[in-house]
Amino acid sequence: MNHYVYADNAATTAVSKKVLDAMMPYLTEFYGNPSSLYSISNVTKKAIEDARNTIAKCINAISKEIYFVSGGSEADNWAIKCGAMISENKGKKHIITTAFEHHAVLHSVESLRKQGFEVTYLDVHENGLVRVEELEKAIREDTALVSIMYANNEIGTIQPIEKIGAICRKHKVLFHTDAVQAVGNVPIDVVKQNIDMLSMSGHKFHAPKGIGALYIRKGINLKNLIDGGAQERNKRAGTENVASIVGMAAALQEACNNMEERNKRLTAMRNRLAEGLSKIEHSRINGDMTNRLAGNLNMCFEGIEGESLLLSLDLKGIASSSGSACTSGSLDPSHVLLAIGLPHEIAHGSLRLTFSDDNTEEDIDYILEVVPQIVTRLRSMSPLWDKIIKENN
Amino acid sequence: MAYSEKVMEHFANPRNVGELEDANGIGEVGNSKCGDIMKMYIKIENGIIEKVSFKTFGCGAAIATSSMATELIKGKSISEALKLTNKAVMEALDGLPPVKVHCSVLAEQAIKAAISDYYTRQGIDPKAIVGEINECCHDHNADGSCSVCG
Repeated sequence: MNHYVYADNAATTAVSKKVLDAMMPYLTEFYGNPSSLYSISNVTKKAIEDARNTIAKCINAISKEIYFVSGGSEADNWAIKCGAMISENKGKKHIITTAFEHHAVLHSVESLRKQGFEVTYLDVHENGLVRVEELEKAIREDTALVSIMYANNEIGTIQPIEKIGAICRKHKVLFHTDAVQAVGNVPIDVVKQNIDMLSMSGHKFHAPKGIGALYIRKGINLKNLIDGGAQERNKRAGTENVASIVGMAAALQEACNNMEERNKRLTAMRNRLAEGLSKIEHSRINGDMTNRLAGNLNMCFEGIEGESLLLSLDLKGIASSSGSACTSGSLDPSHVLLAIGLPHEIAHGSLRLTFSDDNTEEDIDYILEVVPQIVTRLRSMSPLWDKIIKENN
Repeated sequence: MAYSEKVMEHFANPRNVGELEDANGIGEVGNSKCGDIMKMYIKIENGIIEKVSFKTFGCGAAIATSSMATELIKGKSISEALKLTNKAVMEALDGLPPVKVHCSVLAEQAIKAAISDYYTRQGIDPKAIVGEINECCHDHNADGSCSVCG
């Protein structure tokens, strides 16, 4: 294969060399269980606390507000299921979220709904952005929790988190944000943005899979989701994934250090790609282009179906996605695209291309060369495309 | 979910793609809301399917099953073509992931729809010969509506 372009960095990223180097000693040399008393365990214990400190600094938290977990899904489950229970004894049984959250949030909320909670799903409108005045209107006396994602995993739109945080604080409602796509890609300040809980996942920013963290603001007494040993100050049981914790901190440090420069480069690359692919007739860009992750492009091409587009791209050496990796295997079109008001038949033909530091201008050139050819080929065999053309003539 | 090599081969190089100008039977099943539409074109002479082609909007499995189904009925008699089951299409492709089985059902139905159209054009009521055609292939709700398409 001449070209291989990995353009699915919102699904997962490669572990960087720097991160792997930071991790290696904790897999081979300093393997001691951090809870043990012998001296190699002191090294691992200290490594965890250093990592916690690094990660806390990246989001302007203090280190004891960071709890390591297995990943974004666990962080979301913990924050939502246990967060909603905090004020249950005061009769607060209402949750506010959006319809285009990640399934880790949607399904956690759904499980609470089955337990008697009421749920309000805020509209995310055509541009994929929550309107803060609609949030304020939705808050009730009995609202226990607001959970709104920082940046959407499919269309990359960045929510007005600071304003959302301010409203929640004003109304004394607990505010959780699933920031899995945002951490390492946008500047986050949990104090300034009044965030009470924030989920992150290492493998989205070049750390390994299977490690994440939940930031819980000091003073919030969240019940445990995982019971057992006394790890994470009695809040999350299970022997710490030391090497991955170290890797996550190294990766986030690196991501935060060169964020501005990287975003500038990725935005220019992404915009060039968007402009080029927009020349394809009957195509559209999904989601706001200003308030958006630098490395995200999401488009629909009418008359073709997303999976056949992805398979064709894969045959040409381009890894991409349609909707999110978590929902492939489902026949329904992306819930995110339906939430921004796209009709089913258009939502079926979506393509998500997501970039990281590892991508180059040559990658963009290659995608610009290949996608129009594939769209043309698939349309030439699509009876739906024939209908679209007929209707427009 | 992973496709067999055969599915990928038929997806990458589909046989019998396009419209058939001299078709005397055209059938279309599925709908855009569900995410797949199959259109089959057949040219029948003396009870034999002399030519067959298709156009499909859909996933990889939809394209591969269309391609394989056309291959399996080419040169066959109408009665043989009507006996083609979705299972036979799947087997010829070395299987399909469970979530994609409906594509093979759609391919079977598309052939039946094309043959139906052929009979209708001949002034023959196709129902007794071809039977009912399901234009949609997903699970159905209690009220009979499609669980995906509504």
